[in-house]
Amino acid sequence: MGSNSLYGPIDPATDAGYVDPPPRMGFFTDTSVCIGCKACEVACKEWNLVPDDGFNLLGHSYDNTGGLSANSWRHVAFVEQPFAGDALAEAAGTGTQFLGMPLSDLPGKATPGPRGDFRWLMMSNVCKHCTHAGCLDVCPTGALFRTEFGTVVVQQDICNGCGYCVSGCPYGVIDRREGDGRAWKCTLCYDRIGDGLTPACAKACPTESIQFGELDELRERAARRVEDLHEQGVAEARLYGHEEDNGVGGDGAFFLLLDEPEVYGLPPDPVVATRDLPRMWKRAGLAALAMAASAVVAFAGRRG
Amino acid sequence: MSPRGGGDRSMVPEAEFRSYYGRPIVRPPVWTHDIASYLFTGGLAAGSALLAAGGQATGDATLRRVGRTVTLGALGASTYFLIIDLGRPERFHHMLRVAKPTSPMSMGTWILASFGGVAAVAGAAEFAPLLPSRLLRRVLPPAGDAAGYGAAVLAPALATYTAVLFADTAVPSWNAVHPELPFMFAGSALASGAGVGLIAAPGKPARRMAVLGAAMELAAGHRVEHGHGLLSEPYRQGRPGKLLQAARLLTAAGAAGAVLGRRSRAVSALSGLALLAGSALTRFGVFEAGVVSAKDPKYTVVPQRERLAAKTEVTGQP
Repeated sequence: MGSNSLYGPIDPATDAGYVDPPPRMGFFTDTSVCIGCKACEVACKEWNLVPDDGFNLLGHSYDNTGGLSANSWRHVAFVEQPFAGDALAEAAGTGTQFLGMPLSDLPGKATPGPRGDFRWLMMSNVCKHCTHAGCLDVCPTGALFRTEFGTVVVQQDICNGCGYCVSGCPYGVIDRREGDGRAWKCTLCYDRIGDGLTPACAKACPTESIQFGELDELRERAARRVEDLHEQGVAEARLYGHEEDNGVGGDGAFFLLLDEPEVYGLPPDPVVATRDLPRMWKRAGLAALAMAASAVVAFAGRRG
Repeated sequence: MSPRGGGDRSMVPEAEFRSYYGRPIVRPPVWTHDIASYLFTGGLAAGSALLAAGGQATGDATLRRVGRTVTLGALGASTYFLIIDLGRPERFHHMLRVAKPTSPMSMGTWILASFGGVAAVAGAAEFAPLLPSRLLRRVLPPAGDAAGYGAAVLAPALATYTAVLFADTAVPSWNAVHPELPFMFAGSALASGAGVGLIAAPGKPARRMAVLGAAMELAAGHRVEHGHGLLSEPYRQGRPGKLLQAARLLTAAGAAGAVLGRRSRAVSALSGLALLAGSALTRFGVFEAGVVSAKDPKYTVVPQRERLAAKTEVTGQP
């Protein structure tokens, strides 16, 4: 382990011991072009044979998935917001577009009127494949491992379902599957990218909201996209998870958001718990010494 | 935003924050109360092992015998609770594939396994006279003495690593209290060990251990319950708040009874029971407070927002 292994910017594959690894791969999810079609959710389930997560009506707009879980490795969040002046729609220049959303009238029949004071936020969430992954750090069996692409994957033949990774993840991503007992999450389609294929969700995304590629290149592309959007007047556009010096050392999957992260169910400033682990062990060591000393004091002065 | 610290509840107004339909951000632990039970039995094993070693060192055969036997029983219960809480219990031995310092559970597995080895030998030595083999009858008692001291050396690690196990998570209220939690658990383990001593063989050492353990647990517990602003809140409110309040009362009463009731065997035994119950409730209270803090996005969003605001203040950059 290098000195930075628990925190700060590093190359995770090299840190994990790979010699001359391929470039780090990741996702850039640009929510400004997401249309909420959920093709990513479906493609992921189909390719990875992920079981259903129940057929529920949650009453959360069009979101009936709820969140990432053992059985949902992509999750499309839907937020309906009061919002004045949707610069994004104005920037498109063409007024309202029919996106396949259910309407109260026949498609194209509704007279195009002035836009309301309302907007949709849609965002396809996924495992962040952190540089410093809480789940991987705390896994006691070695079931979770770092791939040569810098991603984080569970080996299902090793996992014994201890559940520690579930509490280790600052994003609430990884989860134990009911009835199966093991932990499951996005593998960034390890079985596809090893063969030079695009992960199922990115492949299925019709608007390139989900972009897959070399992380360095994605970061440059994302920075340009934010600049473009700001120029077009979308002041609220911001990147999330792209910084190498954030609490998890940079996310392998990062996002362009149009509101605060917590609005989408993301933590505003996540920090991997292992950052403080050396200090925690030190405190535990002190407490252990205090405990031993108490026992000695308790028996002091007695002779056997 | 609400200011941190001070423990003044009027200074922490109803936190304003945004969320996604009020859903949790970090995932609530999948662990059940088996883990809270393990915290108690593991601590009890550690406390009893120290009691037994003290008895051994001072020639108190009753303390030694009781301490070793309870350690053995608590060790068995601990192993049971740990394995039963796995999603795949038949794969429990996969824990032994690796030794990972970044995983408190991995470290804990090795601590428990080593402790279990020596504690089992020490416990078995108490049953040596009943064994049919002459060789075992001769070899076990001295081996048990060495093992008894070995268990005492490992006991503090067994009692405190569980605090790191909880703290090294994204569970907001467990993570925040990492400086004090090991002391709370160490005190709780000492108090439970003293409780065993007060029931089986009350004497000066058990009373001192009761007072020292209870003091450590209560002092650290106070910091946990009041020293971390919003993230201390789950330790004071609702069910976990009630559990921890009961734990405090029982622990304080147990320690007081241990000293004041030293002339009465019955009061000593009752004090021992109070200490054991207090220790168990402490573990359940801490466990449940963490679960509460993970289920409500407030405890994830508000402190992180405050952290970001503080960063912006320092650097002048968002």
